[in-house]
Amino acid sequence: MALEWTSILSFLIDGLMLGFVFGVAAMGLTLIWGVMDVINLAHGPLIALAMFGVYLLMAALGLGNPYPALLVITLLALPVGMGIYYVAVHRVINAPHLSSLLATYSVNMMLMGVMNAVFGGAPRNIDFSLGSVTLFGDIVIPVARLVAALAAVLIAGALYFFLYRTRLGRYIRAVTDNRDAAELVGVPSTTILALSFGLGVLLAAFAGGLIATIFPFTIFDGGRYELKSFVIGVLGGLGNPIGSLFGGLVLGVIEGLVPMFLETSWTPVIEFALFVLILLVRPTGLFGGKS
Amino acid sequence: MSRQKPSLPPALRPADFRPALPGRHWANWALPLALVLALGLFPLLTGKDVHRETMFTLLRAVVMAVSLNIILGYTGYVSFGHVVFFGLGGYVGFYLVAVQGRTLWEALLAGGLAAGLLAWLIGIGILRLRGAYFALVTIGVNEAVKAFIQNFDPFGGPLGLTMNFSVYQAYGGPRTMLQMTYYILVVLAALAVLLSYAVRTSKFGLGLLAIREDEDAAEVMGVVTPMAKTWAFVLSAILPGVVGALFFFRNGSIEPHEAFPLHLSIEAIVMVMLGGQGTVWGPVLGAAGYQAMRAFLLTNRYLKNIQLTVSGALLLLIVLFIPAGLIGWLRRRFPASRRVLL
Repeated sequence: MALEWTSILSFLIDGLMLGFVFGVAAMGLTLIWGVMDVINLAHGPLIALAMFGVYLLMAALGLGNPYPALLVITLLALPVGMGIYYVAVHRVINAPHLSSLLATYSVNMMLMGVMNAVFGGAPRNIDFSLGSVTLFGDIVIPVARLVAALAAVLIAGALYFFLYRTRLGRYIRAVTDNRDAAELVGVPSTTILALSFGLGVLLAAFAGGLIATIFPFTIFDGGRYELKSFVIGVLGGLGNPIGSLFGGLVLGVIEGLVPMFLETSWTPVIEFALFVLILLVRPTGLFGGKS
Repeated sequence: MSRQKPSLPPALRPADFRPALPGRHWANWALPLALVLALGLFPLLTGKDVHRETMFTLLRAVVMAVSLNIILGYTGYVSFGHVVFFGLGGYVGFYLVAVQGRTLWEALLAGGLAAGLLAWLIGIGILRLRGAYFALVTIGVNEAVKAFIQNFDPFGGPLGLTMNFSVYQAYGGPRTMLQMTYYILVVLAALAVLLSYAVRTSKFGLGLLAIREDEDAAEVMGVVTPMAKTWAFVLSAILPGVVGALFFFRNGSIEPHEAFPLHLSIEAIVMVMLGGQGTVWGPVLGAAGYQAMRAFLLTNRYLKNIQLTVSGALLLLIVLFIPAGLIGWLRRRFPASRRVLL
């Protein structure tokens, strides 16, 4: 038999680990969509910005591994996201979709312009190694990927805890369900909207930083991960952040298994065809979204 | 036709809510047409090739923006995938000329037909989706078609196709070909403006405007919305398909990243917004203004590196403060201009 079980298993494990990381990026996108019906078209450049942030901070501090820098960048992303909300999104929050799409896209253009002028298009690489572990004799897993997948699961758990076990989280869910009613009972909806946008950007930055520990990157790669986030967000149900994690796993399995049967270049065809199909047949996603 | 003034006092009358009138007036098509022709014939006066090439880019933008306006401005459906029609028309036309040895005319026709057919096929499905879901799926369609063509061997896969330059001999050599294709584009841009006016002032167009304002109400009032939306989508797709075939014939080569750049779709949206969505003048002025601004930024010593940032900041200011665009703002500010400024 041409397909060895172990090679299928190693492709699968690899796909699943990446799927968790991509899932976190999509969680950022879908959290914002769920709370305020805004598709954040600045998602990709923000991911790229976090990649460069981790890269530069690690170099500036002379660290041996990127994780402390990742933590700092992730925390910085929250006020950055809230700032973007107040400047670009707040005025168009009740306008037709075109306005908020264009407002976030204008942020995308501004970030891309600045990054292009400052960093240029050359690829970067975070230079560190954690070695690899071997499972079942011949499945080799790089430790950096394992750490990234675990971190992704951890932050997803933290988000769940925050949304369902804290007062602010309950406010966010209230604003998601019905902004007017939430306001009537005293929820400061503008602050909550800004906080949600900030959280979405925080998740994007965290995922971007994790991806930067795995793959080399350029400023243009953000666009690729943004498109992946769209696909995952739709798979898991737009507006359902936890569904995104599962959407990420589905995507990870597809990315892991398709190269075994077809050329790798067919993967995006299958992904986007699936994306269009799910939007047409079941726009709430496989795991149920916001109606 | 004289219009009765609503009896509400001005303070209670929302400035931009008023019954959409057919707006038939010669100035509404003749003036935008005159502007397009003046822009198109300007290189003839100077006789410089560089002006002609600048104007080629500008008129291509005019066609993209004016055609996008039919689905975006009139019908109210935000398409982020308008460039898919340009790219597909380009590929079909290029394949016919470069591989099958057909003429340019057949290529232009086939490019338009292919784009229209794609719009019809996907339109039936995706125009059921509203709001942001439609916008998302148009991004998906563009990426899916691009990814498919990257794997499609007759179209050259990821490397694309190139034209044998001897093909141009049939059109009087490369120099004459460049002239001729330019004038074809001038004609196409003029056609786009006339089409835009015809749709805007027709009963069909009125149906589209009704869909934009409230789709359910439009349906109740007797607009067959699935049909109207699909035809609006097809009409908006045909000219970009023809222009795609023309552009890549002239270009001499085609490859997937050149044929389906997402940013071209978004630039077209920006142009429509700048000038004023849902108007005949708007996309024309928006396209011309955007291209002029881009040219200025790209040639400015200090701004050229952050050209994208300046464009983005400008877009944000427009979206936040003048969402109706230049024409929409003028129409609101000077009500008397409404008859002749559509």
